[in-house]
Amino acid sequence: MSDMLIYLYAVGGAALRTVLPSGLSGIGDAPVRVLVADRLAAVVSSVDPLNFGAEPLRRNLEDLSWLASTARAHHAVVDAVWRREPVAPLRLATVYVDDDNVRAMLHSREAAFLALLDRVRGRQEWGVKAFAVSDSEDEPDEDDDDDRKLGPGAAYLQRKRETRDRTSRLRGKVHDAVEDLHRVLAASAEHSRRYVLQDPRLSGHPPDLALNAAYLVEQSASSHFTSAVDHWRSPYLQVELTGPWAPYSFATLEES
Amino acid sequence: MTSGGMAVPGRARQPAESTPQSSSLADILERVLDKGIVIAGDIRVNLLDIELLTIKIRLLVASVDKAREIGIDWWEHDPTLSSGGRELAEENRQLRERVRALESRGTARRTRPVGERSKTRSQESAGDE
Repeated sequence: MSDMLIYLYAVGGAALRTVLPSGLSGIGDAPVRVLVADRLAAVVSSVDPLNFGAEPLRRNLEDLSWLASTARAHHAVVDAVWRREPVAPLRLATVYVDDDNVRAMLHSREAAFLALLDRVRGRQEWGVKAFAVSDSEDEPDEDDDDDRKLGPGAAYLQRKRETRDRTSRLRGKVHDAVEDLHRVLAASAEHSRRYVLQDPRLSGHPPDLALNAAYLVEQSASSHFTSAVDHWRSPYLQVELTGPWAPYSFATLEES
Repeated sequence: MTSGGMAVPGRARQPAESTPQSSSLADILERVLDKGIVIAGDIRVNLLDIELLTIKIRLLVASVDKAREIGIDWWEHDPTLSSGGRELAEENRQLRERVRALESRGTARRTRPVGERSKTRSQESAGDE
């Protein structure tokens, strides 16, 4: 049997050692443990090189059911620790060959991690997506009238123009609503991040996703934030709230 | 757009109240694949592969959202077993075709030298502002 690899879920302060829930298991039901390196600690578990070696990992990432169960296990571990102690969640599939290499990484990035942990301490992430409501504007058309006055060809062009104008008016209203929603929510949050909306031609997603954002909110202000979401209303947008999450969107290392 | 989605009253996207609920797979994938700290561990995955993977997952998440919208979790169950699943199966087929097209493009691209720029882009993930 080859040596096991080390999978990283999250990095936090050394206090993680005392707050890790007992009996917590991670990917492949392996026991989760904490590796301490001075002021930092990593939440890890052992994984099989047959699954997480470079070549099998590349293959496995393409296997959607493997990916689903691994993502759920990763998230479950992050979710179990972040409420007890501030952590920076790592992206899926961060793997080291042994404990020493993990400790060496923690040492080399200690300052950046400590700064990051200060930024997320006592705060939680909320995800907000807003979808454009496509049928929110109904303007009566005077098509028959146009046909009589302008003749069918000109009336056709006129209708095309009107449709184009209506679409661009609607787009403007959706845009304004998105900006207002983001302004209201950002005012209740410490930090916010807006994500680039994916190209609908690429994803096949209906082109109605108008805002995809994450907000980092003080724990004590959470109910204020969620009620701001609940009370914000617009005929042009439907809003979807997820959370609270560990600070996935705000865990970025700023290294000088 | 599709008739399959029409049967559902509203889209229930505005939560009635904001109590924490168990997260959907689509939401989890979006966070653990697209967000979170990127550290190059000892086991490296080719960056181009990750770029392709992210696109694939985006496709997938799009249809998981769709599935949830009309109340079918095709992830866990065979979509052809439930009514309305046929349409989803068709949608999935189309999405897979897109992935194949992207994949063949990716293979073609891989034969060329990879510029610094495309490396940086895939490292940063499409989400950064």
